[in-house]
Amino acid sequence: MNAPTSVTIRVDGRSLRVAEGTTVAAALLNDGWLEFRRSVSGESRTPLCGMGICHECRVIINDVEHQRACLVTVSEGLRVTTSAATP
Amino acid sequence: MSADVADISADVAVIGAGPAGIAAATRIAESGRRVVVLDEAPQIGGNIWRHRAGAELSPDARRWMDRLAGTRAVVWTGASVVDVRSVDGATGFLLTAERGRAACRVHAETLVLATGARERFVPFPGWTLPNVYGVGGAQALLKSGVSFAGKRVVIAGSGPLLLPVAASLSRNGAHVVLVAEQASLRAVMRFGLGLWRRPQSLLQAVRYRADFLRTPYTTGTWVASARGARAVEAVTVTNGRTARAIACDILCCAQGLMPNTELARLLGCVIERGAVVVDDHQQTSQARVYCVGESTGVGGVDLALVEGELAGLAAAGSTVDVELLRYRRAPLSRIAAQMAHAFALRDELRSVVTSDTIVCRCEDVAAASLDPRWSMRQAKLYTRVGMGPCQGRVCGGALEFLHGWSPDAVRIPNEPALLSTILAGSADMSADSRNQGA
Repeated sequence: MNAPTSVTIRVDGRSLRVAEGTTVAAALLNDGWLEFRRSVSGESRTPLCGMGICHECRVIINDVEHQRACLVTVSEGLRVTTSAATP
Repeated sequence: MSADVADISADVAVIGAGPAGIAAATRIAESGRRVVVLDEAPQIGGNIWRHRAGAELSPDARRWMDRLAGTRAVVWTGASVVDVRSVDGATGFLLTAERGRAACRVHAETLVLATGARERFVPFPGWTLPNVYGVGGAQALLKSGVSFAGKRVVIAGSGPLLLPVAASLSRNGAHVVLVAEQASLRAVMRFGLGLWRRPQSLLQAVRYRADFLRTPYTTGTWVASARGARAVEAVTVTNGRTARAIACDILCCAQGLMPNTELARLLGCVIERGAVVVDDHQQTSQARVYCVGESTGVGGVDLALVEGELAGLAAAGSTVDVELLRYRRAPLSRIAAQMAHAFALRDELRSVVTSDTIVCRCEDVAAASLDPRWSMRQAKLYTRVGMGPCQGRVCGGALEFLHGWSPDAVRIPNEPALLSTILAGSADMSADSRNQGA
């Protein structure tokens, strides 16, 4: 079996190489991210449901806010902004 | 504004491209009808057939996906349904969806709802910590590329999903430390024995178990709390008499599945015991609205496929194979009913919730601020519980169990959407009413 081809995405301005076909949520979790978004009371949150129900994985993708990271597949040059990069 | 809105007309719109939606759409298209299928995931397959592009699929999944691909069905992935309504003064429905940043509208005479199920989460202290996932949630994350290799994983909760998830995480390198089922051993055994008519299901369970043989599987055991500084580090499980703490990197915990009924409720379909009510043709209480798969009651992939085929044939006005499919549906429906009974949630799950346990994760509403005497509507107005982006999809199932609150009315948008998408749905409606007035 061929090794999966990888693409480069940018997470909070940093380059990250990830296997093609993975979701943005998978890319961040594999990179050890412990905060996708900050909750209204200031808790760090990561995905819960993995299937687009809970909205805990929402991040900014290519400047569009409130995108569910578990429903978007990575593509070359895709830009992700998590709450860690926002005040 | 309407210039950048994609419009499409079809005989039937199928919402959801899991097994039930795929089977329905395939039968409709094969009967020569125009069908469009929408799903918000990047690939078709739903959760059970979730896969990465080019990855391996079960022969059954492959066969159905190839069969659908061989038809003229229009498939829109990455499309979130924002609004669906019947069109006044005309037959049919108008469905508005958002795909990327673009609004799209589907005009269809008939709808097939194949919206699947989600997990029921019951809160416990520490459930909002990073690296706490659902059980099906962990499976979905694995299939979308998350590596579990070398991670210590505790799987807890309820239902037949615990075993296949433990098996697939183990096969992918996770060190599954414990699998804890909240139902009693007696209840689980009774369910197992009830499967004697379907030995293939029992065999499947044995095969799953063989994949994580070194992991203890306990019944009558549930999560009391999870703790950790920046992410989960340990979980405490209890059997009501003794509690023990287990170190872990990941906790997967959910209490079985519950049907997704939002769109059915938006359309005014009758719901009973949390599932969409359908007749022998899979038609809901609303004319020309069919419902198939887990939304009609959690019954697994085999039942979903049969229901999908039946609804597809009915929606296309075909009677081919209908008797055979009905014959196959009956025993599968009985197993689904047994399952709901065997894995009933124990009362003790309520007692792990402390006053500061967050119940609504979108709005961070703690248990103490919710008065059990309220209704869901009152709770929403007083505390904003269930009013965040998930619109009560997570806390609704919890509050139904904790306080017996029925879900509140569904409103549009069905999913968070751009204002231009929401307007695209209503702009068309006002054009219609103008035409009628003229």
